[in-house]
Amino acid sequence: MLRDVFLQISDIPEWLFEDCYAHVGDSAETIALLLRHSPLEAQEKRDRPLHEWMEKVIPQVKTVQSEAELRDLVVSWWASLEDTEVFVLNKVLTGAFRVGVSEKLLVKALSAEYNLPESVLAHRLMGDFEPTVNFYRQLIQTDSEELAPSQPYPFFLASPLDEDRFQEENPTQWQAEWKWDGIRAQIIKRADEVFIWSRGEDLITQQFPELVEGFQSLSNGHVLDGEILCWEGNRPMNFNALQKRLGRKSVTKKLLAENPVHFIAYDLLEHHHQDIREKPLLERRNLLAELLTSFPASLTTVSAPLSFASFTDLQELRERSRQQGAEGLVIKAKDSPYLVGRKRGYWWKYKVNPMSLDAVLIYAQAGTGKRANLFTDYTFALWQNGELVSFAKAYSGLDNDEINELDKWIRRHTIEKFGPVRSVEPIQVFEIGFEGIAESKRHKSGISVRFPRILRWRKDKPVEEADTLQTAFELLTASL
Amino acid sequence: MSLITVRQEGLYCEQGGFYIDPWRSVDCALITHAHSDHARSGANQYVATHVSEGILRKRLGDEIKLQGVEYGEKLKLGNTWVSFHSAGHVLGSAQIRVECGDEVWVVSGDYKRGADPTCAPFEVIPCDVFITEATFGLPIYEWETGEATCRQIYEWWQSDLERPSLLFCYSFGKAQRILGELCKFSDRPVYVHGAVHVLTEIYRQVGVKMLETICTTEMPRSHKYIGDLVLAPPSAHRSTWMKRFVQPQTAFASGWMAVRGARRRRGYERGFVLSDHADWSGLVNTILQTGAKTVYVTHGQSEVLSRYLCETYGLDALPLKTLFEGEGDI
Ligand SMILES: [Zn+2]
Repeated sequence: MLRDVFLQISDIPEWLFEDCYAHVGDSAETIALLLRHSPLEAQEKRDRPLHEWMEKVIPQVKTVQSEAELRDLVVSWWASLEDTEVFVLNKVLTGAFRVGVSEKLLVKALSAEYNLPESVLAHRLMGDFEPTVNFYRQLIQTDSEELAPSQPYPFFLASPLDEDRFQEENPTQWQAEWKWDGIRAQIIKRADEVFIWSRGEDLITQQFPELVEGFQSLSNGHVLDGEILCWEGNRPMNFNALQKRLGRKSVTKKLLAENPVHFIAYDLLEHHHQDIREKPLLERRNLLAELLTSFPASLTTVSAPLSFASFTDLQELRERSRQQGAEGLVIKAKDSPYLVGRKRGYWWKYKVNPMSLDAVLIYAQAGTGKRANLFTDYTFALWQNGELVSFAKAYSGLDNDEINELDKWIRRHTIEKFGPVRSVEPIQVFEIGFEGIAESKRHKSGISVRFPRILRWRKDKPVEEADTLQTAFELLTASL
Repeated sequence: MSLITVRQEGLYCEQGGFYIDPWRSVDCALITHAHSDHARSGANQYVATHVSEGILRKRLGDEIKLQGVEYGEKLKLGNTWVSFHSAGHVLGSAQIRVECGDEVWVVSGDYKRGADPTCAPFEVIPCDVFITEATFGLPIYEWETGEATCRQIYEWWQSDLERPSLLFCYSFGKAQRILGELCKFSDRPVYVHGAVHVLTEIYRQVGVKMLETICTTEMPRSHKYIGDLVLAPPSAHRSTWMKRFVQPQTAFASGWMAVRGARRRRGYERGFVLSDHADWSGLVNTILQTGAKTVYVTHGQSEVLSRYLCETYGLDALPLKTLFEGEGDI
């Protein structure tokens, strides 16, 4: 039935449809793929929740009076959906809908049911899988084996900050720390040996000989949690410097000298052979500070606690992250225990917003492939002394409707054509986000930005209020 | 008498005394591109584009006798004028234009119309007879831009930084295209299988801009690649090489991934639709743009595409039996 509806509205001949179907083996999918060639009268895209589809929309097929009415109904649904949504709808309509389950999801489910860490389950599921009762029992057993000296604790991870929830908290019960983009690691000293574990549950001791040497004097029965970073002066180097240190067969003198590492300690998990993870954070941190006083600051420092009196304070603090070379904040309840995995409510991460500027669209160029007939490549400019200076090209970060709308606008507001490029009237303002900003002699604007992308179409913003090159230079200075 | 005919050895031009992408030993072979089903060993003399020389020698041996030509440069071969024109398929890929008297034939080789930062874009060459590929000659195949697909790849990689991300793709062309497109989204080094490494280095030698790469042979077997992207050829899937990756997320980048059945059968967790061949619209539009009245269709869906061209556009289109089995866009 769906096939007949499709053939009535498409210019694809029936024999070609059959060839496609033979290739795909599923009519719901064949139609969804072919519909991309038969643009339907664009309908207003409404984001209907799933239950509405199942309870109200789809049951309409039972009450239609004629085939024509049924056809119009189905076509109107197709017109309102994206490719993959059309496919799912077709599967539901043909009664052939089923869902596969990934291994990751299975691990999550087992973890929730048996209260075992996901890492343990994932590890046990490695290698050959036997569909036997015994295998299953072993998979879910909870009694822990004898602890090897190198055994780390499961890491406790921060969740993305729930701003609404957090605003109801009392700020004095919380502390913030810089969030670093390094390797989260545990340093273990037991049985006269130093072990270093990464969060990927990987023994990385060999890769950081300077840390092994530096922590040799730590007494037995201590476990530190922290971050390994490549460090220069008083700030971290780019993550790429650290990546060069990872997993090399041999750590050369050159590598050690060019990419020296530093350990920022966050927490103390084991103190004189005692598992102290249940103690409140402040207490653990006091013990940590005391423990590390005798170690040189070039080797390790305790992550500085930052206090704040209000949520606004916290936001301001976060804005200063970049100056520190940090990627945001981690906020911890002062009385929080060291838990396992990502339990919400105790530790939050609050990443810095990407850098952004409001810029003016000045050139547009057509895309390629499926979007060859649409203007999807844009050049943006900033003000300088009353003139617009181009500063970034951005691939689209807009959704399909916005691309279509902007495309129409560009066609009506073209000033000049140079080959495939059009200059357009400087009217539209967009918020452009980027990862970094640097001085550049090659660019007319004197700056270059890393990975620019469109964050928002600022229809609310008059062109005169777009940002100036001066503002860009201020961002540049602030990020140094 | 046709200017180009199919012989046991391959596509043959008697007036010019040469073969195009022959599959058997011949005297003179013109090569459209260095994929193994188009560039085979055994010819006494090869002619190909300068840019493809590095890869051809890598694949066929340093000792082959090879004449390099520029795109658009005209060669006099026998009674014909021959020139190579960009096909947008992979580094150095070409269509071959053969002119004899007042007749012009173009052999497309493999080609695509979408942008690719690692090779020159396709050029439309007007001709009387066009010999086109049709690997993806069904209207279910319709590509997004390489950039859009590589953005999905980037997002997939970033979506799980707690394990390795293994992306399988053809080691010549596809891998470098991905590394080139990913420059728009990242500057992190990417790990590559040895087979990918060798070819990527050749791309770098001719100045193609790609993400920095580290060959997995430089790493100890115990390295875990947590949060790293690793590119490998499909032949490495489920091989001993792959055993070093603990719980990787796996994906495959290929045009065939457009169809769910193909994704399921191959056993990858994700499929990214990325092809170095023209999609349906690309094929049909290109054929119309050449102005050719006669079209011979090789590879894949030759029957379907030729029937569609006859019925819909009244072209004189015929499937052409060849032995290009196609790297099948793996
Ligand atoms: Zn090819």
